Amino acid sequence: MDTVYPLTLSALLFGIGVYGILARKNAVMILASVELMLNACNINFVAFGAAWNEISGQVFALFVIAVAAAEVGIGLAIVLLIYRNHVNVNVDEIDSMKW
Amino acid sequence: MNIHAAADIPTSPADYSAIAPELAMLGTGLVLLLMIALKRFKNDSWYAAIAAFGTLFSAGWAIALWNAVESGEVGDDHVRFAFSGMVVADGFGAFLSVLICLAVLLGILLSDVYLRHENAGKAEYYILLLFSAAGMQFMVISNNLVMMFISLELLSVCLYILSAWHRDRSDSQEAGLKYLLLGAFSSAFLLYGIAFLYGATGTTNLVGFEQYFAENVLFSSGMVLLGMVLVVVGLCFKVAAVPFHMWAPDVYQGAPMPVVAFMAAGAKVAGFAGLWRVLEVGLSAYELDWQPLLWAIAAITMLVGSVLAIVQTDVKRMMAYSSIAHAGFILTGLVAANEEGVRGALFYLVAYTIMVMGAFAVISLVARRGEQDTSLEDYRGLSRREPLLAGILAFLLFAMAGIPGTSGFVAKFAVFGGLAGAERWVLIVVGTLASVLSAFFYLRLVVYMFMEGLPLEAKTPTLSRLPVPGVSAVVLAVTVFFTLQLGVLPEGLLDIAGRATLFAG
Repeated sequence: MDTVYPLTLSALLFGIGVYGILARKNAVMILASVELMLNACNINFVAFGAAWNEISGQVFALFVIAVAAAEVGIGLAIVLLIYRNHVNVNVDEIDSMKW
Repeated sequence: MNIHAAADIPTSPADYSAIAPELAMLGTGLVLLLMIALKRFKNDSWYAAIAAFGTLFSAGWAIALWNAVESGEVGDDHVRFAFSGMVVADGFGAFLSVLICLAVLLGILLSDVYLRHENAGKAEYYILLLFSAAGMQFMVISNNLVMMFISLELLSVCLYILSAWHRDRSDSQEAGLKYLLLGAFSSAFLLYGIAFLYGATGTTNLVGFEQYFAENVLFSSGMVLLGMVLVVVGLCFKVAAVPFHMWAPDVYQGAPMPVVAFMAAGAKVAGFAGLWRVLEVGLSAYELDWQPLLWAIAAITMLVGSVLAIVQTDVKRMMAYSSIAHAGFILTGLVAANEEGVRGALFYLVAYTIMVMGAFAVISLVARRGEQDTSLEDYRGLSRREPLLAGILAFLLFAMAGIPGTSGFVAKFAVFGGLAGAERWVLIVVGTLASVLSAFFYLRLVVYMFMEGLPLEAKTPTLSRLPVPGVSAVVLAVTVFFTLQLGVLPEGLLDIAGRATLFAG
């Protein structure tokens, strides 16, 4: 299969993720957008691994999945902590310091 | 993809001595984890003591590794690759490993005072600190982009939690959230860049890159350049280089003081080592492409950091911009891309670590409980109340500004020496200009402390003398001594840093 198709898909996903981070105000949605970006990277790794007939791309993708899970876990914990104090998690309203 | 591909992966016997410092750091963290599962101490200082002991142990292993590298025991050319080329045992990594241990040690001492003061102590704090330090140590020895990414995430994720540690200060949680969101954003860019470098070369090994570029002529290097830019963006975020510095002021202002000091020093060391390994080892064939990029980042980082620090009224925020400016000076060592420049940057990292720890020790004492007094106004007339503390802070600020006789001056001189060797005259001019600008805001704080009278408001009588715990006194004594010592007699460390540059994979 031509590597261009998965690369296009991942570029689109990455773009949607970047847009989501810049446009969304809710911290949970921003975390979801980050997930989208990381998964775009995963598609790239698997596609390039297949193109080079090499296994380390897939291994790297597995590592990234684990790291992303840890990152989102911590993220949601901090979001919950903030929710308890602010009763909302909109990043443009969390501005006690200059943002 | 067939199953036999797995058999082709070259494996090497486990070479634990190459990662002994990191294992010691992680091991101490795990011991603490087990301990809190079995029995909790009433006094949190026990955890600090164990963590400090483990850090010393780790530093001992790192120094042993350094000696092995220097005597040529580790292998050919004083470099040895371990774990299938995932990590490298070399002088550069051992040197920075020891430096990270120093940052952790001073960080633990500051944390012990702070956490008892704020009543926010828990063993978990030290566990996260140690794991974060292990991430930094793994990062400075990683020779593979997979390894580098995972180490970076280990150190970052721990720092996100530590930034949000203070439960009673909403600023702290806000800092944690902002650091996490922007940090995850930048990690994704770094990862996307790594994916393209992997796609272009078929390997994630940095020495593998070097070999690939030496053996193949690429038809088009667009994918390499795209990957390179994205990786530089991701790593520059970690060292807080402009234009990827937006997180730094907020996180520095909100996060607990000892965490800020540790982050300022440790994350810079790790990020700088990552940049050095990716650019000077992996992408050395593309030096002509990344040098202008890094040149521009270093120049605007120095200028923007120095200029924006001038308008700050909060001392922690001012220190954030000062840290951004210092990141720029350290990056100039990479722009020079010669031994002298990298040696200067290594020296600068040591000097900066010591200065920033000392400065935050004083700022933390002046701020009192809950970190209330951090504005410039709170420093008005500090020399009348606390002549010794004001004097120490003034000395460390002079060092940061780069006044001769302090380590800061030698550090700036060393990186500019590298630039002169590479004939980067414009960057030297920009750097000198930035130093002059930064001297302004450091000296302004000194003027506030020494030249201005006490504030006239009713606040004055309530201000009692600041208690200085013994642990803080130790940190202050150590930092002042080394700042002075490295300023007056820098040859020893410069020599060691020079050898670290030579014995690098």
